[in-house]
Amino acid sequence: MLRVDEAQEPVEFSPALITKFDEIVSRYPQGKQKSGLLPILHLVQAEFGWVSAPAMDKVAEYLSILPIEVYEVATFYTMYFLRPQGKYVLEVCRTSGCCLVGAEKIMDHIEETLGVKEGEVTPDGLFSWRGVECLAACGFGPVLQIGPEYTFYENLTNESVDKLISDLKAKAKN
Amino acid sequence: MGRKLLLEHINVPGINTFDVYRSKGGYASVEKALKTMSPEAIVEEVKKSGLRGRGGAGFPTGMKWSFLAKPEGVARYLVCNGDESEPGTFKDRYLMTYIPHLLIEGMIVSSFALGANTSYIYLRGEMMPQVRILERAIAEAKAKGFLGKNILGTGYDLELYVQPGGGAYICGEETALLESLEGKRGNPRIKPPFPAIAGLYGCPTVVNNVESIAAVVPIINEGGDEYAKIGIGRSTGTKLISAGGNLKKPGVYEIELGVPVEEFIYSDEYCGGIANGKRLKAVVAGGSSVPILPANLILKTINNEARLMSYESLSDGGFVSGTMLGSGGFIAYDEDACIVRNTWNFARFYHHESCGQCSPCREGTGWMEKVLHRLEYGHGKMSDMDLLVDVSKKIEGNTICPLGDAAAWPVASAIRHFRDEFEWHVTNASEATSRNYGLAHYADPLKVVETA
Repeated sequence: MLRVDEAQEPVEFSPALITKFDEIVSRYPQGKQKSGLLPILHLVQAEFGWVSAPAMDKVAEYLSILPIEVYEVATFYTMYFLRPQGKYVLEVCRTSGCCLVGAEKIMDHIEETLGVKEGEVTPDGLFSWRGVECLAACGFGPVLQIGPEYTFYENLTNESVDKLISDLKAKAKN
Repeated sequence: MGRKLLLEHINVPGINTFDVYRSKGGYASVEKALKTMSPEAIVEEVKKSGLRGRGGAGFPTGMKWSFLAKPEGVARYLVCNGDESEPGTFKDRYLMTYIPHLLIEGMIVSSFALGANTSYIYLRGEMMPQVRILERAIAEAKAKGFLGKNILGTGYDLELYVQPGGGAYICGEETALLESLEGKRGNPRIKPPFPAIAGLYGCPTVVNNVESIAAVVPIINEGGDEYAKIGIGRSTGTKLISAGGNLKKPGVYEIELGVPVEEFIYSDEYCGGIANGKRLKAVVAGGSSVPILPANLILKTINNEARLMSYESLSDGGFVSGTMLGSGGFIAYDEDACIVRNTWNFARFYHHESCGQCSPCREGTGWMEKVLHRLEYGHGKMSDMDLLVDVSKKIEGNTICPLGDAAAWPVASAIRHFRDEFEWHVTNASEATSRNYGLAHYADPLKVVETA
């Protein structure tokens, strides 16, 4: 749930980020810059790890639209995080095709390995996880994805999940 | 061995690059269409081909194109629907990942046919890798003069952009997709007006599935009549089937429409049978929205004819004993699958994905999820099955968009065909939480499967 009244740190968009916004907005006809909202929110999330209310206000200002127009979009779509997450968010498909081949067991294993419940962040700030709906990879299940690149990991087993988590831990140290 | 029109070169190393794709005859349809054909002639070829929308509804593509309004001085748009979120469907992701130039080639020809100078490929937000793949391919095509200003010196201009969504199944519905592309919540619009009259930014717009647009390439190369010779009856051409679930060889297969379902499941050319030597219990043939069928009904129609992978044969018997080809998301369930649990899983999915505009869908999907949850976890009542059917009937046909129907059909069909399994979950509640019902009488009585 979005809570805009919550005190949140103000954010600044770097010139490099604004350049990317400009490129996106150039794809639409004059006056239709609002079309860039979804791609821009993805860029904001990639930069800050989540989409805070001050960041949404800034986006609204950039696109010359009302803040509510950004809030209503950010709360409608499931990919935008409205609170801080782990550095790596493991999103496991939990819909039929993947469940037939063991997605629920994979989620149990992740919960046990990370020691946090769905939606919570590990104490070191590195991981959070959640179940998501069909990721369109039903032939290669169970699958999970990790943003902001949304890299796919297919045909998961407990062992491959363990390796993935330890690889990510090593990557975070470097 | 069936003909492959889309995936023929999928295993060629480097086919994702412009040069290799071009060396395999790629972009020939762009040259042919832009240099030798009028836009009307292209629409005519697509009409002749009998191509039906590959996203799920199966509406004839050529006819959809011919509805496009062409007012003077108003921009027209082609928007490619790459939202692919229907559970069981993963063909578009596959096509865009491995042979992205096929989609771009189809986009150029289709945009030319419709008179669009700016076109968008809308992908679900989770497909960020495919966004990058397509953007790279677009840059390559542009550098070679196949996109941008004055394409191949013909005077035709086209800009092509890739737009990621934000993770919402509903955006696969074409008007929700357009709302999303305009930077809004994915709430489907009330129709009419249809997008062909007032679509993106209020301008005439065609929205086509990824596979439909890719299929335009062989149609232009070989001619609509040649394309129509493939397939069976009004199911012309080839179709990508995403096969998943308990199959020995899950994956994306290009079939000539009309292949028997039995051959598709059991032959080594396709899925190779059920994994781990198990027996087939049920199939969802066209993505989660279509009615689930028990093994005996998916393999044979009620008249004891072999069921074929075609629009007509799969829907033979209506919803009493048939289903739909839909998007080609083929999920096979083996004897260990629990139909109640699966139906609950689907119901949760639709509840999660309902946009909330229409009360029957917003409330009904939630009620169905709750009732199915209590059935699955041993707290169900005998009256629950009738309650579920009742709720599903009150959603069906009473919503702005087809998500309501899509949520109602899997629940209604599961109870229609597997009612005894639901009842067993009530009468044997504690047993039902520890083991599955098994095959009962649903297995194909003809097939004797050797154990692994």
